[in-house]
Amino acid sequence: MKTDNVMRDKAQRPAGRGIRQSMSGLHIWAGLLMGWILYAMFLTGTVSYFKDELSQWMRPELAHQAELPDPALVAQRIADELVASVPGSPQWSMRLPDARTNSVYAFWRTAPGGSGAEGGRRAFGEASFDPATGGKVTARDTLGGDFFYRFHFQFHYMPALWGRWIAGAAAMFMLVAIVSGVITHKKIFVDFFTFRGGKGQRSWLDAHNALSVFGLPFHFMITYTGLVTLMALYMPWGEQMAIRTQAERQQMTAELNAFIQPGKPSGQAVPLASVAEMVRHAQERWGHDNVGRVTATNPGDSTARVAVARGESGRVSMSPQYMLFEGTTGRLLETHESVGAAAETRGVLYALHLGRFSDGVTRWLYFLVSLMGTAMVGTGLVMWTVKRRQKLADPERPHIGFRIVERLNIASIAGLSVAMTAYLWGNRLLPAGMAERAAWEIHLFFAVWALTLVHAVLRPAKAAWIEQLWAAAALLALLPVLNAVTTDRPLWHSLGQGDWVFIGTDLMCWALAALHVVLALRTARHRPKLRAAPAKERGGVIGGAVEEGR
Amino acid sequence: MTPLIDRARRSAPVASRIVAALFGGYALAALGSVAALALPMSKPQAVLTGMLASFAIYAGAVVWVFAARNALRAWAGLLAAAVPLAAAAWSVW
Repeated sequence: MKTDNVMRDKAQRPAGRGIRQSMSGLHIWAGLLMGWILYAMFLTGTVSYFKDELSQWMRPELAHQAELPDPALVAQRIADELVASVPGSPQWSMRLPDARTNSVYAFWRTAPGGSGAEGGRRAFGEASFDPATGGKVTARDTLGGDFFYRFHFQFHYMPALWGRWIAGAAAMFMLVAIVSGVITHKKIFVDFFTFRGGKGQRSWLDAHNALSVFGLPFHFMITYTGLVTLMALYMPWGEQMAIRTQAERQQMTAELNAFIQPGKPSGQAVPLASVAEMVRHAQERWGHDNVGRVTATNPGDSTARVAVARGESGRVSMSPQYMLFEGTTGRLLETHESVGAAAETRGVLYALHLGRFSDGVTRWLYFLVSLMGTAMVGTGLVMWTVKRRQKLADPERPHIGFRIVERLNIASIAGLSVAMTAYLWGNRLLPAGMAERAAWEIHLFFAVWALTLVHAVLRPAKAAWIEQLWAAAALLALLPVLNAVTTDRPLWHSLGQGDWVFIGTDLMCWALAALHVVLALRTARHRPKLRAAPAKERGGVIGGAVEEGR
Repeated sequence: MTPLIDRARRSAPVASRIVAALFGGYALAALGSVAALALPMSKPQAVLTGMLASFAIYAGAVVWVFAARNALRAWAGLLAAAVPLAAAAWSVW
């Protein structure tokens, strides 16, 4: 169908540029300008599908959780701890442990006027708790897998809001690159079965096409849903116009999340009723291990409310479903189980992006296809240079634009592998008692990443690629060894315990190391073909980077 | 004509398209998200519908801007699409 349109277009304007050529230009430049950011977002986002497992691996002090603790008891334990440790907090919320987490993450608003609340601004605190004891976990200070997760949509060293706008712009470029890429590519499904290996640019193009087409529905979905996760930030105009009163705002919020807002406290102290009972109530409705989050507002006050939210498994939607209890008596006030059609659509799209509903197999599929998306961006970036290298007037002294792209490619693709692995090395090597330890793990990540850029600039391009790929392979391959030396949870121990988080991480490191070895060997073997004879133009669509005005 | 002016003249159409895509596209998407308020549904649903659809409008606008035969047509197309959306948005102002 698309092909027909293209043909007709071409027939109508023999003199003008065909739509496929203009779309090719759009695809190339939209892809290139945001390509490095997109690659980093894709790869850190891909890894984030295992962020809970990665967080467990990065806190080796927390014992492997052989069986899931009773959520009701855990909720009570952590609630008691929060009541005691953050008195007067207008709101706190905890995520109950599930099969993938062995600690309870909680955050709270600090009491107004209390320490930490500066100048009336709302201040937040957060901590992870041990489900078995209720105490704060005494593991090394680390952001764990959440660093990659947060980085993939808000980056670092800048206000989160800026980062989110940059991520949004990059995602929008990605969306345009996907749509224009599809239009560009008329023989999209035929070419999927075509792979011409060892043929330089053609091979890169074929690889790029295969990766893109195979994962196309996923890539499109993940990009659009990524925009949806932050759409209220990117497109606030309708909301600003229509949602004006407090009641409307509450109505809107109820459609989006299960966070109940604290009302005005009465000042009359009444202790919280049994949180365990409330969770049991929710378990009866949604299943024993399917209670996700417990949020309390004004706990300890007579106006207290407790919301117990449904877990994320068993439904592909993030739309809020929760039971609301009166905090002082434990009486069920309301069961919120449905939202409007648009809100449900948004909930489904949101859930598709996060993939938290997945069981093990689905999660691996998510990871693999997402990795393909990463490779799609990576091959696209590399192709830009492969294509242009053949046309360079003097291949020994390429122009500055070419050199910038070439070097940035090395650091942002191979260098990112090195830096991400270095972050995990930092987790094992930085001293446990170090001040600002979690922040230093992250500084280490960026320092190594910056070094890879310096290295990429100083070394000849090909050597830089090979050396960085080998460095990443070595760091990855040795990580299980480092883990065995620095923790009491080496591979043979995890195997004996059936501790799949640690087994999986060790094996994954080796698998990724092997991948980097293959890439390094292939790069080393590669001989770039310089334009010897006037090569036959094969009607390469990607060659159509015609700039307007030429 | 100096080479600089000549160069500026030649790159003006593409610059114009880039502006049309980045800002015109966003403006059209934003207008679309407000126009959705005219849909016969409750306010929160209409607001969310507008937000959800806005990125498709944006992407479509960008593709249109670069597919159009020249920069003038690109802008004209955006304006043509904006008229009904503006009318819908006006109805709920």
